[in-house]
Amino acid sequence: MKKEYLYTKSHEWVLFLDEKTARIGISDYAQGELGDLVFINLPEAGDEVVAGEEFADVESVKAVSNIYSPVTGTVRAINEELLDHPEFVNSDATEAWFIEVEDIKDQVELLTEEQYKAQL
Amino acid sequence: MMDKKTPLYDCHVKAGGKVVPFAGYLLPVQYETGVIKEHMAVRTAAGLFDVSHMGEVVLRGKDALDNVQRLVTNDCSRMYDGQVKYSPMCNKNGGVVDDLLVYRKKEDEYLIVVNAANRLKDVLWMRQHLEGEVDFQDISDDIAQLALQGPGAKDILCRICDEAKLPVKYYSFSENVLVAGISCLVSKTGYTGEDGYEIYCNSSDGPKLWDAILEAGNYARNPSEDPSEEQNLVIPCGLGARDTLRLEAAMPLYGHEMDDSISPLETGLGFAVKLDKPDFIGKSGLLTRGTPKVTRVGLRITGRGIAREACPVYLGDKLLGTTTSGTHCPYLGNPVAMALLPIKHSEVGTKVEVEVRGRRIEAEIVPLPFYKRNAK
Repeated sequence: MKKEYLYTKSHEWVLFLDEKTARIGISDYAQGELGDLVFINLPEAGDEVVAGEEFADVESVKAVSNIYSPVTGTVRAINEELLDHPEFVNSDATEAWFIEVEDIKDQVELLTEEQYKAQL
Repeated sequence: MMDKKTPLYDCHVKAGGKVVPFAGYLLPVQYETGVIKEHMAVRTAAGLFDVSHMGEVVLRGKDALDNVQRLVTNDCSRMYDGQVKYSPMCNKNGGVVDDLLVYRKKEDEYLIVVNAANRLKDVLWMRQHLEGEVDFQDISDDIAQLALQGPGAKDILCRICDEAKLPVKYYSFSENVLVAGISCLVSKTGYTGEDGYEIYCNSSDGPKLWDAILEAGNYARNPSEDPSEEQNLVIPCGLGARDTLRLEAAMPLYGHEMDDSISPLETGLGFAVKLDKPDFIGKSGLLTRGTPKVTRVGLRITGRGIAREACPVYLGDKLLGTTTSGTHCPYLGNPVAMALLPIKHSEVGTKVEVEVRGRRIEAEIVPLPFYKRNAK
């Protein structure tokens, strides 16, 4: 299966590691719009996330924004590095993943990078 | 209502500013550099702000001082020519109409600088309360105002003007200072907690002054890699950094730490309220209210999260009050908030909880200001 970044209309990206497992983050466009991030609240490993529902929030200097899960499944791991270094999202949004989800059962409509960029 | 452009609108677009509507004006919330870098530039070097949205009115004439004295709570009777004074302006109940700066140009001529968001309200209020022989003019649309703030501000300004002409004392100003050939009023004031200047000129000269200051501070939108080039001693800064800077310095903002119902005494501005001067608007209202029961405190957020405005503050199960402003402080590196709390629960060191989106996070009452520049 080809590994590529897919995107949601709400500006998250998802990278499937295999059919049932994926990494999730926010798009470069989203980090640019949010501005300097100073806090990230993540779920814990073992938590359930639901496609289209909020799973994390990020605080920029100016405002708080909710982050929505592109998939339904169980959180396998969180990127703990981001808790101390939210600015990593600003420096490389596709590298700075938020969570890994396993046992994926459902997903929202996902766009290819090309489709995502075309609708920005 | 259509949002107005300041005289510097094109400068912001050229510098990559992210322009948003604010108080009836289109102003940059930040540039490509981002709020944190802009904030840090002001603390460590220099930042340039467009504050042309601020309102300016002039009171001139035999009874100008009497009118100023009646309108504001601070005592302006013993000011010298070239002095600036901060003051709240109260309504009859002792609530705050606005907070402002009074510039004494001459014994019978005063420039008053007010908040953009309150300009129309203030102008109406002042006009309604003028008495005697005084000429009142709202000159806001004719004036561009730039704020050059930070420890590097003076050096940069000295490159394009005669140093001897610059005001020396904090809260003083000089008129007719030629900055890059433009006639300016230069005031040693600011809203960042740093040394710096607020510079007023004719609106048509605004863009030229903006460009000249950036050039004097070696600003380059895309800095070169060559370290021998001393670039970006100054960078343009937006409203985002203006707010984080004033909050870190614990400077109150109208509509947050005070409004029509909150008295200046309740928000820690007693130093600018002179109840012993002759009658002024709001004096009897303040006296009727009596000793304030609440005060403005500083909160350091020790839990995870950022408290912004209007978050409930608890001591155990007891609701004490709400936050008035809050943010992450880029220079101090932690979130802070200000809140109006009962005086009896305002002691420094008190551990409280702030409710942020349904979740309580720990905070501690700390002294204000959060940040104070090193005295030189």
